[in-house]
Amino acid sequence: MTRRTAIALAALLGLAHTAPSAEYGDVVLNRYSDKAGVRPVVFPHWFHRIRFRCKVCHQELGFKMRAGANDVLMADIIDGKFCGMCHNERIAWGADRCDLCHSGKPGLRSGIIGGAQTSGPGRW
Amino acid sequence: MARHKHSSPRWAATVALLVAAAAIAAPSLWARLEQDGVHDPRGPAIAVLQQPGDALEPLPRDTAGNQVNWVKAIDIGAINPRTNLLPETLVQLRDDDFIIAKFGSMPAVKFPHRQHTLWLACENCHDSLFKAQAGSNKFNMTAILNGEQCGVCHGAVAFPLTECNRCHSVSNASLRRRPAP
Repeated sequence: MTRRTAIALAALLGLAHTAPSAEYGDVVLNRYSDKAGVRPVVFPHWFHRIRFRCKVCHQELGFKMRAGANDVLMADIIDGKFCGMCHNERIAWGADRCDLCHSGKPGLRSGIIGGAQTSGPGRW
Repeated sequence: MARHKHSSPRWAATVALLVAAAAIAAPSLWARLEQDGVHDPRGPAIAVLQQPGDALEPLPRDTAGNQVNWVKAIDIGAINPRTNLLPETLVQLRDDDFIIAKFGSMPAVKFPHRQHTLWLACENCHDSLFKAQAGSNKFNMTAILNGEQCGVCHGAVAFPLTECNRCHSVSNASLRRRPAP
């Protein structure tokens, strides 16, 4: 192996690793945020599944399993639906802490964008 | 001797570079929020939100997805996520496995209900994704790769579809020796 090859390999390894990657299962919600002038929402599955099993949100709270299938409006959350079942200042921070959920870079595309190995080759 | 002297710096440089590359690749399995390409590094949330590495590092390791073996995390008590918010919610567990065998080029699939009901409610799969009767569902790997069937979760939040052998885990030969049920 020549030095040039080694440098190229090292550069490739470095680049491959330092490319930004959201955590596997992170969901960006930006159907309304950009238009409303706030940052998009980043929902981290990893954080929530440490504390709640899938069934809590996907059965009790009524979130459909497919990203994009849920029309989540701020008014509903404030009314105690969807995220508002917990984000109500009792179980988790309340809806007045806008910036903690609306924490994404402006202009992000909605959808599941994580993926340490694959980001889902199909419609995700 | 002279040849050896000539080649050693080149090899030393190669090794040094590879070690450096490994060091760059090694520091953490999880990107920090401000560097993950998704969170706004200038936003006020960065200082408040939990970093993935802080939460996931103590949990049992895996080689894919979040690099966490989530089922093992519950089994060993590393985490105990809530099963329900409402006291009237029925929390159901089911412990049977079933085998989906097509006797093709891949080993047969073993589907364990236990690991799935540990996390999910029956209604999450039945009957919208799968009929609740063994043998009545037609599984299709292309559909799964396109985010249907098992692919609704596997490839999105559950371990990704690169992990073929975790599902395709039962040798066809072992099944053929048994009489059909």
